[in-house]
Amino acid sequence: MSKTTVWLLCIVVACAVTFQWLTAPDAPPATPGGDRNIANGETVFNIAGCASCHSASEAEGDAKLVLAGGQRFPTEFGTFVAPNISPDVEQGIGGWSEAEFLNAVLNGVSPEGEHYYPAFPYASYIRMTVADAADLWTYIQTLPASDEPSQPSEVGFPFSFRRGLGLWKLLHMKTGVIQKADQEDPVLARGRYLVEGPGHCGECHTPRDVTGGMILNNWLYGGPSPDGPGRIPALAGPASKMDEWSEVDIAEYLRSGFTPDYDSAGGAMVGVIDNTAKLSDEDRKAIAAYLKAL
Amino acid sequence: MNKTLKTAILAAATLGFVAAPVLADKAAEKAVGARKAQMQLYSFNLGQLGAMAKGTVDYNADVAKAAAENLAALAALNGGAMWMKGSDSTALPGVSRAKIEAWTTYPKASNIGKALAEDSAKLAAVAGDGLDALRGGIGAVGKSCGACHEDFREEKKE
Repeated sequence: MSKTTVWLLCIVVACAVTFQWLTAPDAPPATPGGDRNIANGETVFNIAGCASCHSASEAEGDAKLVLAGGQRFPTEFGTFVAPNISPDVEQGIGGWSEAEFLNAVLNGVSPEGEHYYPAFPYASYIRMTVADAADLWTYIQTLPASDEPSQPSEVGFPFSFRRGLGLWKLLHMKTGVIQKADQEDPVLARGRYLVEGPGHCGECHTPRDVTGGMILNNWLYGGPSPDGPGRIPALAGPASKMDEWSEVDIAEYLRSGFTPDYDSAGGAMVGVIDNTAKLSDEDRKAIAAYLKAL
Repeated sequence: MNKTLKTAILAAATLGFVAAPVLADKAAEKAVGARKAQMQLYSFNLGQLGAMAKGTVDYNADVAKAAAENLAALAALNGGAMWMKGSDSTALPGVSRAKIEAWTTYPKASNIGKALAEDSAKLAAVAGDGLDALRGGIGAVGKSCGACHEDFREEKKE
């Protein structure tokens, strides 16, 4: 072997080792001590909008609590299909440990140690507290099981190479608050937590860069609709019309779906309203206060 | 056939080909305009009811009853001509936000319209009976609004 070949081999090996190190999936977080609160788990379930994506297509009412999966999400990276996350042991996630669930939701890592695609909004859920995620796990186990097999996502190379998602996570998995004003105010703090964390509002309302990550400097500046022409409205920034909305208006919209002009929510926001309608008045007010403080 | 007649027929045919779609577009645009007018009347009357429901205006049984009856009358209008084919957002981008799926998945959208008519009739029957009755009835109406806008209305361009 020539000297050059040896050097090249060394570089290739070094690159491979570095890549493996950089893209390694996270280990599960420690499971919190203490009791689990199912009622809080239900609140987390509603604000996190689990049912909006994981219920069967066209499910309405109580059928939305059957998290059988199957909804398809076409994107420029491929078509993602929501999996069965009902408590079925074979087809769902009933056989998981709590630690495996926490790692899935908070880090986007499967029990097999693979990265999930960020169509699963873990870049927001990473801001959720471990205690809330543990309560969510307890609540999800009380929901009906479905033996509907999960369908694979239809994603071509290079995105089918899941290990590479580790690089995406290096760029986009960020903890810490996004909007930093008045962090002492308990109502704003609650609103910030709900919007930036489990509520994952930014996933649609924040524009994305070429790698598909949220541009946090343009937090809630609005973005293209994932479902066709038109735009998801800006809640902050130059295009925002939120100065026409009072806190009462926002809270009412999150409850009934009616805008201040008595137009109604449309598109994917209708499913969001289904969820926020189930929150407490306090939580809706907290979200409204946060959005007005942007 | 003489040349003048031939030219005249050709001209008429050409004009027909060109003018027919233009005329159809005009009719479709008018239909979209009529729908928007109907939506505006919905929102005006809902606004009266909603203001009472959320407490920004005091409850008044007569006003509530009148607004809910207006809403029920509007929802009972026959919308066949207003929802003519070719008045969707694919045919009329920038004019209509109604997705073509409202037509291709018929009668889904039409069934939501029927539900709206039923729910607003129920609301009209109770809106004068007090604030709680009003609050109870307006939710179902809002559900119907959302159900149609969820699947069949495009997002705004801003």
